[in-house]
Amino acid sequence: MGRRILVTGLGTFWGGRVAQALEQDPTVDIIVGLDTKPPSVELERTEFVRVDENYSILARIVRATQVDTIVHTFLVVNSDQMRARAMHEINVIGTMNLFAAASAAGSTVRHVVVKSSSLVYGSAVGDPTWFREDTPRTKPPRNRVERSLIDVEGYVHDFAEDNPHVNVSLLRFSNVLGSDIVTPISQLLQQPVVPYILGYDPRLQFVHEIDVVRSLAYVLDHEVAGIYNVAGDGLLPWSEVAAICAKRRVPMLPVGTSLATLPLKVLGGADFNPETIDLLKYGRGIDNRRLVRTGFRYQYTSAGTVAAFAEAMRLRRTIGDHEPGYRYESDVEQFFRHSPAVVRDQH
Amino acid sequence: MADPEAEPPDALLADAPSQALVALPREADESPLDDPRASDVDEWGRSERMRALARRVYDPVYRNWFRVEWEGLENIPTEGGALLVANHAAAIPSDAPVIMHGIETELERPVYGLADDLFKGLPVVGTLWSRTGGVPAHPDNAYRLLREQGQLVLVFPEGSKGPGKHFSQRYQLRRFGRGGFVEIAMRAGVPVVPIAVVGAEESMPTLYNMSRLAKAAGLPYFPITANMLAFGPLGAVTYLPAKFKLRVLPPVHFDVEPDQPRYSKSRIMDESEAVRDHIQQALYDMLRKRRSVWFG
Repeated sequence: MGRRILVTGLGTFWGGRVAQALEQDPTVDIIVGLDTKPPSVELERTEFVRVDENYSILARIVRATQVDTIVHTFLVVNSDQMRARAMHEINVIGTMNLFAAASAAGSTVRHVVVKSSSLVYGSAVGDPTWFREDTPRTKPPRNRVERSLIDVEGYVHDFAEDNPHVNVSLLRFSNVLGSDIVTPISQLLQQPVVPYILGYDPRLQFVHEIDVVRSLAYVLDHEVAGIYNVAGDGLLPWSEVAAICAKRRVPMLPVGTSLATLPLKVLGGADFNPETIDLLKYGRGIDNRRLVRTGFRYQYTSAGTVAAFAEAMRLRRTIGDHEPGYRYESDVEQFFRHSPAVVRDQH
Repeated sequence: MADPEAEPPDALLADAPSQALVALPREADESPLDDPRASDVDEWGRSERMRALARRVYDPVYRNWFRVEWEGLENIPTEGGALLVANHAAAIPSDAPVIMHGIETELERPVYGLADDLFKGLPVVGTLWSRTGGVPAHPDNAYRLLREQGQLVLVFPEGSKGPGKHFSQRYQLRRFGRGGFVEIAMRAGVPVVPIAVVGAEESMPTLYNMSRLAKAAGLPYFPITANMLAFGPLGAVTYLPAKFKLRVLPPVHFDVEPDQPRYSKSRIMDESEAVRDHIQQALYDMLRKRRSVWFG
């Protein structure tokens, strides 16, 4: 019998792309995707289930589908996407419910993959240049997204300890850039001029969205358990990032930056949240060698990621924004998946 | 300093071979990735171009103002990692640039200078400091530079207690912290090279320390220096032309296995005390021979 996989956050960039990758794998029998909103990418055989944001019916779904693997990508790492309470519901309560379902009596779950973020390390003056997976952060978290991610990782730890028969993989992703994903950093780089904090030129690290999806698929394929940093090789100064993107820079005062950038937020829709301000002052590097030691190979370095992002931006400037032409229509999807009239390839 | 022994065994962090670690088909393509960098800033924030520029600007100061003289430069390894350890002085320390400049011009090897996070947090200064070879003094940073990259790393174990002391205490070494520098050298498997510096103390003597103001400003000390009295506000950035003499002492090798999770604390403290004593004795010797603060 092939694998049966549950993907949370199917409607997000991550979940959708991971489900797409899993559909290509003939050893995967069943893919069930959960989210509050329908998927934004076209999926062939993934079953979409609409749930409320804290996954209260999850235990029933896990029992009914007998999944052996859970890929938990439904974690909010961008604090400007929603209000504090909604983020807490999704990240903390959602994860609690997920693990409650996975560790219930008679659970068939044997592998859990959680997508976390290098935000859990913070960004502060006393930081080492490189964080290993076991390097403690130097300052307690001051913003809510970091606090909620640390809570989530706590549940992951407890779950792993209570369920030694389950392979638990926790991936911490660095700043993601790519042609599709929208992050606070990608929004800054898409402004006509790129803001920087006066007097600071921190070194940042990036990971390409392709490597993100590849690494998730990799730990699923090879059942790699443990915590792993996922980031491209090398650090580069923010000034160099702007230079690769061929953008002029505009200084922000180091004090009261969040206030000064309020117009930017209101007018341009660019995120300038507290964690991004810390990052633009002190930077962050995460040591990616642990995952490399298991055999994973990146396709992009940090600088390569930025260059690829700059190319995608230039292309978009010329051909315009290609809104994904895809819209999820429940009836249509049901027809393609289940109607006897549709001729399906047999694997 | 991170405490390596306080680490509980952790299922998710243990490097136990999971199925994947046993035999993975390596991807055939192991050619290096395309890395389109647009600057020469390395992972530590250092730029060789900026460093060369800084050396050009600083060279007249080094040669004509401080008239630096070295002895024992042959004690610094020409390759591989080594931890350079020196005494620290002057309200705004003048010794770090002198040591880095001297070794880089004489040996043509880069020197990375470890310093308090204080610098990293300052706008402009922090960036310039990092571009010209400054690295935040974190044990992980020191280990990576020494063990994995085989670099020369400069550290002042007295920390801010050296430059913060009163002029009447000149050339009296403060406590060498908790000996963290010895532990790093042991773990990295590199020698410690002690350096005694004469001249820095007189280049910017502290006459009075406004400790309340320092506390309010979040600084380790807030000095009134002789330079300020002599030159007014300019004195904050102008050194007195003291004659610099530096003596590099023979490297100290610790005969221990590198990469151990911990080393004997008493051994560390003994070695740290021995290095401190070496430097202190060398300073006394150099001061006995010094005829003039300004002319050596």
